[in-house]
Amino acid sequence: MSEGNGAVTLEEVRHVADLANLELTAEELPRMAKDLNAILGHIAQLNELDTSTVEPMAQVGEALGMAPAEAGETLRVDGVRASVDRGAVMAEAPESDGRFFKVPKVIER
Amino acid sequence: MVETGKSSLERLTLAEARAAVVAGRVSAAALAEEHYERIAAVDPEIHSYLALTRERAMAQAERVDAAVKAGGPLGALAGVPVGIKDVLTVKGVATTAGSKILEGYKPPYDATAVARLEAAGAVVLGKLNCDEFAMGSSNENSAYGPVKNPRALDRVPGGSSGGSAAAVAAGMCVASLGTDTGGSIRQPAAFCGVVGVLPTYGRVSRYGLIAFASSLDRVGPFARSVEDAAVMLEVLAGPDVMDATCSQEAVAGYAAEAKKDVAGLRIGVPEEYFGEGLNAEIREAIERALDGLRAAGCSIHKVSLPHTRYAVPTYYVIATAEASSNLSRFDGVRFGLRSEDAGTLAAMFRNTRDEGFGAEVKRRILLGTYVLSAGYYDAYYRKAQQVRALLTRDFVQAFEKVDAIVAPVTPTAAFKLGEKTDDPLQMYLEDIYSVAASLAGICGMSVPCGETAAGLPIGVQVLGKHFDEATMLRVGAAIEGSGNRK
Repeated sequence: MSEGNGAVTLEEVRHVADLANLELTAEELPRMAKDLNAILGHIAQLNELDTSTVEPMAQVGEALGMAPAEAGETLRVDGVRASVDRGAVMAEAPESDGRFFKVPKVIER
Repeated sequence: MVETGKSSLERLTLAEARAAVVAGRVSAAALAEEHYERIAAVDPEIHSYLALTRERAMAQAERVDAAVKAGGPLGALAGVPVGIKDVLTVKGVATTAGSKILEGYKPPYDATAVARLEAAGAVVLGKLNCDEFAMGSSNENSAYGPVKNPRALDRVPGGSSGGSAAAVAAGMCVASLGTDTGGSIRQPAAFCGVVGVLPTYGRVSRYGLIAFASSLDRVGPFARSVEDAAVMLEVLAGPDVMDATCSQEAVAGYAAEAKKDVAGLRIGVPEEYFGEGLNAEIREAIERALDGLRAAGCSIHKVSLPHTRYAVPTYYVIATAEASSNLSRFDGVRFGLRSEDAGTLAAMFRNTRDEGFGAEVKRRILLGTYVLSAGYYDAYYRKAQQVRALLTRDFVQAFEKVDAIVAPVTPTAAFKLGEKTDDPLQMYLEDIYSVAASLAGICGMSVPCGETAAGLPIGVQVLGKHFDEATMLRVGAAIEGSGNRK
């Protein structure tokens, strides 16, 4: 976003939709391109800030100087315990044989 | 509230409800039934509930009533009717996250937050409407239709926890659960005139929360008073073996803490939150709140949070990036919708996601995928993470000088339905006073503080240090009690 600030093209939106496994209709595509450009234009403000010496923050704990618990005291005991019932989980799948999730055939023979 | 009719349920506090049940003046079952009648009367207009859990509620109410009769131990929420935002799982009950892609999904387990409420005796009445996957500031992104603001039916209740705020405001539950990723508890609380609490990141377990942005998502309560919200928080907070991101930090007695005197506390007022965009009536309401705090013995100090104007752009990079990853799990394989048009695996993924996701969710997935894609990661995502560190440092430095910060929640009172739906950027800018606290991980809350001349509720935001909900609640209670309500 720093150099040139070229607008996102329809082709780029199509590419990103592809990466995200989204199918966009012919009507959706230009609308999304317009919205993305407006939002990215707003986001470009971040370039006003010099962050060359700032460590990126991924987690709130980093800001608090919270070190990960070295001895694993925040982890639960690694023991056998009851889990969610498999049958109940599989029952929610659109298609299942009770043991596996079924999907359309991937490999043609 | 003229249109929906007055009801004493609109003013019933959690403390009153529990006391009545515990003393046997009303049974938990009758109280739940009364709420279902209220829902039947007004919710066709307001549309806060997506599902009712009558059987489960009545079974729980009977357990509470039996315990009352037997003189057995009674929890902090004994017999209190509550509602649950539809992004939290309730075993065997349709949980949609406001999305078509999860239509009909019945999760096989309870969210920890829900389990804790029930363990304390709460009666879960149903699941509450929200923006799809908690993405929105008006509740207009729900695939099941918008919620109306009970205080003005032509206005939005706020979002994304719009149903959770509206149900409490309209007497359809005594308290509720919402979630807040960039303001989704505080903003609807302000718009509907109820109390909403954003606990510190890690304070409340997220097991069973359908994830939107994992470094930001939090679960918190709505209630009609600060004291009630404190009781809810005390039940919800604390470590959970099912959520490794949940903190081990000790839980304070929030209900007792909220009652402590505020004399001597140092209150910060950040100048960056009182700029041009702030509505004059909201500014005046906050000034009245500050006068009240001064009269109660607090000292008021100007503080600076210099990176505030970068909070919205930072948030919309980080939140959408995380959402694009979290929402990849919705593909028609394991739960919810699968497109009928699914000839190949790839077509099944695409068509399911195309049919199942609404426009705003698609927009955010696209933006998030874009900022993470090859060649753009450093320029957007890494940059936003660096600015997030600066925004957090602003708060840490301010809290070296003050004990709590008081600010607006929103630039304006509740806006009209349909007013901002055509312009996503305008909608995002609604979050201008709420997202910085989300990025920094500190706690915050919205407390009702008067009304506009048109009768719309005004909320005041109180922000506290990481894990210092106790002080935040004290300040909130002082604002609530300082006579600022009309």
